[in-house]
Amino acid sequence: MLALYSSPGLLSVVRGTVERLTEHLGFPITEARSITRAVDEALTNIVRHSYGNRPDQPITMYFRRARRRRQCEEVESGLEILLCDRGPAVDPSKFRGRPLEEIRPGGLGLYFIRQAMDIVEFSRKSATNRLRLVKYLARPRNAV
Amino acid sequence: MKISTRRLDKTTIFDLSGDIDFVNSPEVRQSVLREIREAHTPRLVLNLRQVHYIDSSGVASLIEGLKASRDLGSRFILIGLSMSAREVLQLSRLLKVFEIYENEEQALAS
Repeated sequence: MLALYSSPGLLSVVRGTVERLTEHLGFPITEARSITRAVDEALTNIVRHSYGNRPDQPITMYFRRARRRRQCEEVESGLEILLCDRGPAVDPSKFRGRPLEEIRPGGLGLYFIRQAMDIVEFSRKSATNRLRLVKYLARPRNAV
Repeated sequence: MKISTRRLDKTTIFDLSGDIDFVNSPEVRQSVLREIREAHTPRLVLNLRQVHYIDSSGVASLIEGLKASRDLGSRFILIGLSMSAREVLQLSRLLKVFEIYENEEQALAS
């Protein structure tokens, strides 16, 4: 668990932590970077939109190993990250990126998150916004 | 984030160092747009060799610089992209939109 305030200056600290954690869990470096990017974009969204750039609001991050059972009893492992903030309720229908064909600033953050993660789920419980991100480790091609 | 500027003939080179993220991208954006719009530099080169991370707001700043350059008929060039910077531009389908060179010599010879 990581508890921090919504200070933009902490974003680089979290990036360093997540990148090292994902590498430690065995994600290839390219995936480690894309997961880190997704978490960074999600945190930035909380700071900007949920807390309106106020730097003293609480954010809690939970990390745990993810596991899922697939066909033939095959088990996949990965990383699950839950980001929680106490900002106002967010309208999930506003979670839209922009078409990549449009070359204009903005709207890429959500696309980066969705592109990087296998599961992106938003929910609100007990006055808390919860964003659940899951990424599974790709199995080696020759694994049986 | 450190931003230093060099002027060579009709080219301005921005040497950037640090991450271009939510915290720093407004400074990058402001510096680049000022150079394009006020100094009317015919060719602006962004040296990203010391930039190891660019987030979506950083990409947005680069797009704004590119658009401002196009509007004024100047060139906007990126050099020294790290793997991470290259990945984020590829992900955004912008690798072929920007004029990109490996190093300063190639950019100046272009």
